[in-house]
Amino acid sequence: MIVFDHVTKYYKSNVGLDDVSVRIKEGDFVFLVGPSGSGKSTFIKLLIHEINADKGSIRVRGEEVTNMPARRVPALRRRIGIVFQDFRLLPKKTVFENVAFAMEIIHKPRKQIRKNVPQVLTMMGIADKADKYPDELSAGEQQRVAIARAIVNRPRILIADEPTGNLDPDTAWEIMQLLNQINRRGTTILMVTHAKDIVDKMGKRVIAIEKGRIVRDEFGAYGYREALEDTEMTFDTIQAKKRDTGRIKFRRGGEKQR
Amino acid sequence: MKSFFYTLKQSFLQFGRNLNMSLISIFAITCMLLILSLFFIVVINISTAAETIKGDYDSIEIFLEDETGIEQADEMIIDLKTQEGVADVFYKSKEQAMAEFKERWGENGYLLDSLEDNPLPNSVVIVIGDLEKADALAAHAEKFDGIEDVKYYKSTVDKLLEATRFVQIAAFVIMIFLIIISIVVVSNTIKLTVFNRSEEISIMKYVGATNWFIRGPFLCEGIIIGLISAVISVGLTYIAYSKIVDIMGDQVYQMLSMPMVPANFLIMNFTWIFMALGISIGSCGSIISMRRFLDA
Repeated sequence: MIVFDHVTKYYKSNVGLDDVSVRIKEGDFVFLVGPSGSGKSTFIKLLIHEINADKGSIRVRGEEVTNMPARRVPALRRRIGIVFQDFRLLPKKTVFENVAFAMEIIHKPRKQIRKNVPQVLTMMGIADKADKYPDELSAGEQQRVAIARAIVNRPRILIADEPTGNLDPDTAWEIMQLLNQINRRGTTILMVTHAKDIVDKMGKRVIAIEKGRIVRDEFGAYGYREALEDTEMTFDTIQAKKRDTGRIKFRRGGEKQR
Repeated sequence: MKSFFYTLKQSFLQFGRNLNMSLISIFAITCMLLILSLFFIVVINISTAAETIKGDYDSIEIFLEDETGIEQADEMIIDLKTQEGVADVFYKSKEQAMAEFKERWGENGYLLDSLEDNPLPNSVVIVIGDLEKADALAAHAEKFDGIEDVKYYKSTVDKLLEATRFVQIAAFVIMIFLIIISIVVVSNTIKLTVFNRSEEISIMKYVGATNWFIRGPFLCEGIIIGLISAVISVGLTYIAYSKIVDIMGDQVYQMLSMPMVPANFLIMNFTWIFMALGISIGSCGSIISMRRFLDA
């Protein structure tokens, strides 16, 4: 399905990926974890040919992605859905239009758009929000729209780049259930995340990257203590930090008044 | 077909959202095109004039001394008619010459009435059939007795044509510069739209839109800007040029004894040239502005 064969990518000053080999089977659910700057983003970017590998070979469903000519990149991306941490919805389009947009740009007939978009929105549990604009939705709902857009063209692979990064734990878990559901329908899912609790709870395959190398590849837990301490990116720690700074500010203000 | 309408709809939407900037570029490009049209008008008129002059002076005029009689002139005519490259030879009396002169001066012809004597000479006019032989004919005519002068305008015409060519080249160079400037102006406008919609474009790319699909609306927007500018400048040029021909046409005719190119004829050519220019300026501008963006 997805094969990285001794892939190396250098940036000007540092290493993006260093001799990475990995196989992801069709229908897998894989977490990609690691500290910031470890090479997770490079991994994703190489996969959708946003950047090109310096060495090695990347194959997606048997097709060579490395050195792929520009004219074939759109076809590659149509087979890969992408969900981002910041949703990336178009603010001036309604929910329906945002999802329909993904079908319009690959020339799907109007009839099919009118049939498929409500289907996907129902599946994501936001059928009643079709005529709303993104800023009228909660963060969780926005991410559901983004997922709907990513899967409406039925890609075989779904890449989720920290899809729960901006969500509270309950909503994040709901999103994970949706992704799990999509995965059960046969879509391969590759999810980049920092959320230890989610990774542990899901019990899926976990690939850990550090300094451009795969340091662990096993089923089960996040097991990435350093990363956690490094970035403090799980939702709980961020919330805790926010509360702390808020408290500190308040206290300081109080002192001044005194 | 469906995607064509999608593209068209998008481009008009963009044009509307970006109305101020679009209007500014239309204004700028219209100005460029107007300057261009000024050069076009000058070049076309000069070229036409040069052609006319070339036709007018396909003749050699032999001015006769006053003492030379009509019989002698007849001999010359008979002799010349046997020469190669002669289309026609005829005698022009001084009265005929004066009449022509008056006609050429038109309304101001009465000024010539005050002349007591007719200062113009009798002449024999050779209409040249083959321009290659013109030099030889002129040399042959020089040998006749009883002639005052042989007027042959080839060198004058040559100089004129040379000057015309120079003007044409100069105008062409200036036009190229103006066109480049116009392209830069359009590409800046489009760049602004591209920035405004960079989010949308990046999403389009992630979902797998082809570069041409993304480019389409911007290309159309550029073409719309170019076409509107072309229409405005053709319209303005037509109005202005008609006025100029109305006011100055007669004077120009009197001074140079040739008419200006009629406005209708000029505009017919202009419309096509400017439409083509507008479309190419618009499309070049938008493609340039998007190039860097789509490569990434």
